[in-house]
Amino acid sequence: MSDTTIKPRIEKIPLSEQFFQKLPVLLVPILAVAGLLAIGNPASWLTLTVAGLAMGMMIFIMASGLTVVFGLMDVINFGHGAFVAVGAFVGFTVLAWLAGWTASPSVMLNLTAVLIAILAAMLVTGLLGYAFERVIVMPVYGEHLKQILVTMGGLIVAQQMIYVVWGPDELHISRPEAFKGSLVIGEAAIEKYRLVAVGIGLALFLGMRHILKSTKVGLLVRAGVENGEMVEALGYRIRLLFLIVFMTGSALAGLGGVMWGLYQETITAHMGSEIMVLVFIVVIIGGLGSVEGCFIGAMLVGLLANYTAFLAPKVALISTIALMVAILMWRPQGLYPVVKAK
Amino acid sequence: MLTRLLSGDTPRSGLLTVLLLIVLVSLAFAPFLFPGTKSLETAARICIFIVLVASYDLLLGYSGIVSFAHTMFFGIGAYGTALALSSTGPSYWSIIWGTTAGALVAAAFALAIGLFSLRVKAIFFAMVTLAVASAFAVLVSQMSWLTGGEDGLNYKIPRELTPAFKLVKEKVFGVRINGKLLAYYLVFFASVILFLIMLRVVNSPFGRTLKAVRDNAFRAEAIGYRVVWYRTTATVLSAVMAALAGSLLAIWLRYTGPATTLSMEIMIDILLMVVIGGMGTLYGAVLGATIFILAQTYLQNLMGVAADATSAVPFVSTLIAPERWLLWLGVLFILSVYFFPTGIVGRLRAGRA
Repeated sequence: MSDTTIKPRIEKIPLSEQFFQKLPVLLVPILAVAGLLAIGNPASWLTLTVAGLAMGMMIFIMASGLTVVFGLMDVINFGHGAFVAVGAFVGFTVLAWLAGWTASPSVMLNLTAVLIAILAAMLVTGLLGYAFERVIVMPVYGEHLKQILVTMGGLIVAQQMIYVVWGPDELHISRPEAFKGSLVIGEAAIEKYRLVAVGIGLALFLGMRHILKSTKVGLLVRAGVENGEMVEALGYRIRLLFLIVFMTGSALAGLGGVMWGLYQETITAHMGSEIMVLVFIVVIIGGLGSVEGCFIGAMLVGLLANYTAFLAPKVALISTIALMVAILMWRPQGLYPVVKAK
Repeated sequence: MLTRLLSGDTPRSGLLTVLLLIVLVSLAFAPFLFPGTKSLETAARICIFIVLVASYDLLLGYSGIVSFAHTMFFGIGAYGTALALSSTGPSYWSIIWGTTAGALVAAAFALAIGLFSLRVKAIFFAMVTLAVASAFAVLVSQMSWLTGGEDGLNYKIPRELTPAFKLVKEKVFGVRINGKLLAYYLVFFASVILFLIMLRVVNSPFGRTLKAVRDNAFRAEAIGYRVVWYRTTATVLSAVMAALAGSLLAIWLRYTGPATTLSMEIMIDILLMVVIGGMGTLYGAVLGATIFILAQTYLQNLMGVAADATSAVPFVSTLIAPERWLLWLGVLFILSVYFFPTGIVGRLRAGRA
């Protein structure tokens, strides 16, 4: 036997191709610079950019669950918006109970109240996700048409249940004292809450990347996205894995709901289906099943929505559709297609 | 003759035939059988929705494509007619060109969306149409200088179609023969013709190929059919039909607004009607639309009575309040997708065999 071991030959990708693959990452700064040129005034640009990033982060939190669920099990959940709305309502209810804490000037009490509200919302939506997966999604694995119909039905029922439980009116709540007001940097005024949203979103994205890239669960999830049958053949219970991912995605949607609710300070039962439009656009732009693509897509949509809302308010929503069309012209499968067209 | 009129697609079930005949006769003689404004409104709504739901079934049932933009096409047709009537006055000429323009715009939109997103897969199309349709709804409500915004458009239609016009002085069978009646029959016959055209389409070789594409797109492609072409054509056809249904609604209501044409609630209603009636058969659209609209109009009263009766029980009474009827429909919808994926018509046909 010779000492030579067979080494896999890793071909070096040419630099130009590497650049082409990384290009989507550059889209966000490109868009930001383009925004600066179009707006002209650096102070308002900074305000808008932070607002855009905050909005993008919140959309990312809601969209990430959806995209991973799709990647792993080829299940698209049109009822995802219901988790957003339920999360927001649960969070608001908890915050209303803790009104004494949120109104007090103490930052610690404020933070604890928000944290409890978020945890409660995530718990409820996570459990709801469990019920949703078992009752509604499980019987229709592998049938796209029925999935779309049934999850849409689930959305209707969930929205109506919100009406039954919380009544038909929209809820208002003011943010805790610590998140009110804004910081002034130079001439730009930046709302504190937006910074908090950016922080939470970034932390979540990095955490998610870490879990997906360097833990065993993440490895299994990624392997499952690539080839679910193979993972199953190797002895892992992919259904259980999927259930966990589904519940996590639902809980994240609930978290996103609370954050979005605190951002708008008003929530309605159909807020979920309204946000779902943005979430779908983000998921399509990013490429179905890709967390990184979803993140970039969310940033692009958030920034663009805020820039156009400032420059030409009437075309704000159309601009995100235009963005989607442009991206799909360039890459028909989205920025980072993970799932091969099945 | 009758078989040719139905394009060889007979109901193939005794009970179904009886039900369809009941619907047809009731709609044909609605002004005489059920006098009163409310019942005439309901009958016209049923006619229009039969066309709309059948055109959606062309997509969902025959082509296996889920679209959430169907109300957008419906709205384009309605707004086309409405804008023509309000800008060039109440003449038949403006009805004709408004309807044609609406149908053409709908076709162009459908072609663009179809070519753009049908290449990938069904799920993609569903998401893209959802996004585009909601953007369209927002656009319509914001362009108030053109569309009247949230308030919508009120306009006049030719005098011969309004209640003020009297065709015969005396009452016939106790019913006044006025313009409203003429308008109803315009809606009724237009709906019948559109329905028969769609029946012709789905029973043509083209319709057969559509089903083949739905059942196994890969194989259809391998045999030599251009799947994208067939799917896109089906999308365009169904969009045009929806736009025509929208025009009928615009003529009937003499009002067009976002809530009556573009809202997500109507999209959900259409979905429910198709699934409850039966996907993949146009007769399902007839039964689905009829039952749904009758329930919407009359069952809600019944729920109100039930809610009053149980008002002592706090939670139950809110559950069965008339405003919550969508909740029960949602439950019914999920159950019917699981247990009766072929809907009422499929059940009836299976019962015979």
